[in-house]
Amino acid sequence: MSITNTSATIIQPLPAASSNWLRDLVGIAIILAAAIVGYFLFPNNLALLTRMIAIMLFVLSLDLVTGYCGVATLGHAALFGAGAYAAGIAAAHFGVTEPITMIAIGAVGGAVAGLVSGVVILRGHGLAQLVLSIAIIHLFHEAANKASNYTGGSDGLAGITPDPILGLFEFDLWGRTAYVFGIVLLIVIFVLLRILVRSPFGLLCRGIRQDPVRVSAMGASVKRTLIKMYVISGVVAGIGGAFNAVSTQVVGLDSLSFTNSAEALVMLVLGGVGTLFGALIGTIVFIGVEDFVSAANPFHWLTIVGALLIAVVLFAPKGLYGTAAALVERYRKGGK
Amino acid sequence: MPAARLEIKELSAGYGPTRVIENVSFTAEAGSRIAVLGRNGVGKTTLFATLAGQTRRYDGTIRLGDVDLTSMDSASRAWNGLGFVPQSRAIFPSLTVEENLFVGLKGRPRSALREAYDMFPRLYERRANSGAKLSGGEQQMLSTARTILGKPTVLLLDEPLEGLAPVICEELMAAFSRLASNGEMTILLVEQRIQSALDFAERVIILERGRIVWDGTSEQLAADRDTVDQLLGVASVGH
Repeated sequence: MSITNTSATIIQPLPAASSNWLRDLVGIAIILAAAIVGYFLFPNNLALLTRMIAIMLFVLSLDLVTGYCGVATLGHAALFGAGAYAAGIAAAHFGVTEPITMIAIGAVGGAVAGLVSGVVILRGHGLAQLVLSIAIIHLFHEAANKASNYTGGSDGLAGITPDPILGLFEFDLWGRTAYVFGIVLLIVIFVLLRILVRSPFGLLCRGIRQDPVRVSAMGASVKRTLIKMYVISGVVAGIGGAFNAVSTQVVGLDSLSFTNSAEALVMLVLGGVGTLFGALIGTIVFIGVEDFVSAANPFHWLTIVGALLIAVVLFAPKGLYGTAAALVERYRKGGK
Repeated sequence: MPAARLEIKELSAGYGPTRVIENVSFTAEAGSRIAVLGRNGVGKTTLFATLAGQTRRYDGTIRLGDVDLTSMDSASRAWNGLGFVPQSRAIFPSLTVEENLFVGLKGRPRSALREAYDMFPRLYERRANSGAKLSGGEQQMLSTARTILGKPTVLLLDEPLEGLAPVICEELMAAFSRLASNGEMTILLVEQRIQSALDFAERVIILERGRIVWDGTSEQLAADRDTVDQLLGVASVGH
């Protein structure tokens, strides 16, 4: 190929880029189809599906820092809980009950928590980073517990009564409005995140995960980039937390728990890290199995969930989505 | 941006308590081509890593043009024009060629990728391939092109020909010569293939136990068979 030809064709999109967009469209179509199927298949269990959406947003936010940046954390619920409490306190104590405004306040709360967490956690590496993240979640949890005048302490924060969305769609007893609201939020955020991870900034984060020294030698500040991603992650987690507050109309201390953080990490590993799709699939499978198995066998359900996780980690180390994607790729190559 | 002058004064550096380079001083004039030679383990890679801010510096100063890089971190040095292509190539294996190049753009527009593809048309052909699927030569081209996209005024190339087939070496050396000839970069090259280094460079610095023990032109070194034999362990050069 001559240099002239190269110059002439440079602006043409890559085949890989167009396949990425196609994958995004397929992903959105699947989310929509699953949402519609869920709506009609489980009309009496929309509360569970709505909770799933809030947790999906949380796990997506975790994927940004763990999957794309390689930051190990067991304290990510701090961002989710901060968003939930910010929205809840705004509604219960300051009368801000417009749902979209509550979501925006949750996003800001999550961003601030992301900034604080990021600055602290990113000072360590490896095990130290993990320990710092655990310390962060315990500090957030204790702060929320102590500030019981605002947070309700261990009783939880009640009295959240969101207005109808845009003044038109009232939250109903069956949870239909919350469910549709959640699906819209999820799709919008998912599309924005897919664009983000393919942007030069997203690629830089993936570069940092693979070789931070090299990225630094190329002129990018590793820490500044990671903190930016932590804040973005905080916005997403905060939106998830605020949506949870809006849909359940209560915020409990468990939203700021170590268990919540650890479960999110398990869901991410189950679905597959660094793809965003894996975060969605991991959440659906984990919460779905947890709900089904705990109902079928209330005494041993944790054992069954544990066995499932061991099986996935041992036999599908890339997670459910990563393994499925690898199999499809292998099938495609075999077909050529 | 035109090539810059690199001035190193009494530089000592190493790892932990071990001093690998000791009291190294030299100046690379703007637009010059310098080969840094020496046997394995004499501190060539450490010198470049120290210039790039990746090792512990004990003493000395580093100036690039009018800017004092000495206390700057690696990223700031790169922003001020120091480009480093490491021996390990350090491409991002899970990113495609084009994505690897994107990371090196440092805020420049996407159209700047043309410079990389013009320099190495082979990368354009492989642009959708992941870094892990490239040959050694292609990885070296990618690593070099990614650094060039950042518009460095001083370029450090650490053993770019290591492990590559002769035809790829020729292609790479031709590309480095083109870079040097347009006057936009001062280039320092560490290379074990002495003849390739001498063909490329106008000046040679030889390190021995972390110190500069010889400094002269390529022609002088090529004519000095004793020095070549004694300091580089090579019986003859080129003839």
